[in-house]
Amino acid sequence: MMTSASVFRTRIIPVGTIVLAIIIAWYVAAYRMNAPFQRDQNERSNVTVNTSEFIAQTMSQPKPTMPAPHQVAVNLWKNTLGVKLSSNRSLVYHAGVTLSSTLLGFLMGTVLGIIIAVGIVHVPALDKSFLPWIIASQTIPMLAVAPMIIVILAAVNVTGILPKALISTYLSFFPVAVGMVKGLRSPEVMHLDLMRTYHASQWQTFWKLRAPASVPFFFTSIKVAVAASLVGAIVGELPTGAVAGIGSKLLAGSYYSQTIDVFAALIAGSIVAILLVVLVDIVGRFVNSRMGGRPA
Amino acid sequence: MKRTVDALAPTPGPSPRGGGEKARAVISARDLSLTFTTNDGPVHALSNINLDINEGEFVSLIGPSGCGKTTLLRVIADLEQPTGGSLSVNGMTPDEARQKRAYGYVFQQAALFPWRTIAANVGLPLEVMGLDKAEVARRVKENIALVNLAGFEKKYPWQLSGGMQQRASIARALSVEPAMLLMDEPFGALDEIVRDHLNVQLLKLWAKTQKTIVFVTHSIPEAVFLSTKIVVMSPRPGKIHEIIDCNLGTDRPLEIRETPEFLKIAQQVRDGLRAGHSYDD
Repeated sequence: MMTSASVFRTRIIPVGTIVLAIIIAWYVAAYRMNAPFQRDQNERSNVTVNTSEFIAQTMSQPKPTMPAPHQVAVNLWKNTLGVKLSSNRSLVYHAGVTLSSTLLGFLMGTVLGIIIAVGIVHVPALDKSFLPWIIASQTIPMLAVAPMIIVILAAVNVTGILPKALISTYLSFFPVAVGMVKGLRSPEVMHLDLMRTYHASQWQTFWKLRAPASVPFFFTSIKVAVAASLVGAIVGELPTGAVAGIGSKLLAGSYYSQTIDVFAALIAGSIVAILLVVLVDIVGRFVNSRMGGRPA
Repeated sequence: MKRTVDALAPTPGPSPRGGGEKARAVISARDLSLTFTTNDGPVHALSNINLDINEGEFVSLIGPSGCGKTTLLRVIADLEQPTGGSLSVNGMTPDEARQKRAYGYVFQQAALFPWRTIAANVGLPLEVMGLDKAEVARRVKENIALVNLAGFEKKYPWQLSGGMQQRASIARALSVEPAMLLMDEPFGALDEIVRDHLNVQLLKLWAKTQKTIVFVTHSIPEAVFLSTKIVVMSPRPGKIHEIIDCNLGTDRPLEIRETPEFLKIAQQVRDGLRAGHSYDD
């Protein structure tokens, strides 16, 4: 067990230093990007201010080019804990909307990825014929195609959570498929020979050897997949004029130059992403320890 | 002191050391050949192998790298397909013998599944065979006790030393209750002290179980210490150079390796290897 002192030394100090550096850089950037507009503004209204007052002004514009960290923090606070959950202003509500399509898409993408990987590993023809297509599928710029998918699906009366989830699926099946192909092929030749000496069927070899051997690869790939799913869900919300979700908040904010709202929504999205990745990590560690893994 | 385990052994009693008695050949190879096709042309891994291994014998295959000793073992195990000649294992083709689980195979590494406990590893082949839970539990317990690993059932492989892991893998091979044990340099990755210890244990195990054992090694003392018959192989092409009988009796303490009889056989093996050009540059 780490002592609290060593936690402080090895974790809190380095992480805190970086956070502090980012915040300082952010404030400097906010000042520099907001200063021209503020200077202009002050000249027009013939106001003269000293330096510290001027700096304060650049940090408190209602629609800044670059909002200062504390403005975003206040906005984030107001729109999460300051409003009712059901409110249209609540970022928790919007994050929840995005999260539901993220999880649905992630689930479908993971299942699809596993099915593809199992097929590729067991059917030699698929290995040759299918893998290039899968790789090609990821060269399509999703951001550009997403609106088309949403519109086409809407035309055939598929609306709501599913179109967004499908974009998440599209982005998340790839890391799972690639990771699981590697994972299912990870058993050593010796282990495969061993199963052969037992006259094990392909099915038994899969469940008793390939599948358990692929578990670490599985968790590594779904960690990437879950983050990609979130991006997919947000991208899916952008072109629809969606009424809810992190993506709709981003879009609405940029329409009305509500940069503070945009930043708050971005940070809400990041927090969701971090929570998802951490959750996957915790489950992965738990499964690893249940499978007799050496504690890392 | 005469070991009491012999009294426990079922018929046909102590193994036919030296092969004097009329014994049934469990492995029989006739003009067995295996040629690998590579980009650099054919490689004759095995060439005209003629070999009979009788029931209850402990046969070592010895030779330098590339002499085909592991390949021969893998052909017997149906892990490689011969390109010529015939081979019968337990009166069947190697493929049938494998399907009937006539042998247990022990690799150079323990090859335990890291996500399974020792007990679950030993039970793996039994699960594959589809035995019921009670029978699996019984055989796991019995074979873990046989290799002196009782108390380690719930440990994972990484919690055990290399020697203990290899013992667990021997228990796993024995759990299918095979007629014979095929061992491919099972102690090659272990240090000499552990190796000596396991050699002694393996001899006891052999006396207790009466299995036919085919043992691949590149250690002359190990081969002489363990075997009733030593098959000296030579490389390029892989073939049998000489078969040496090894009549050192049933009781073989480690000290036997200092006796003149032991050294004489060891010298014979070394001469065989030299005559087979194993020491050439």
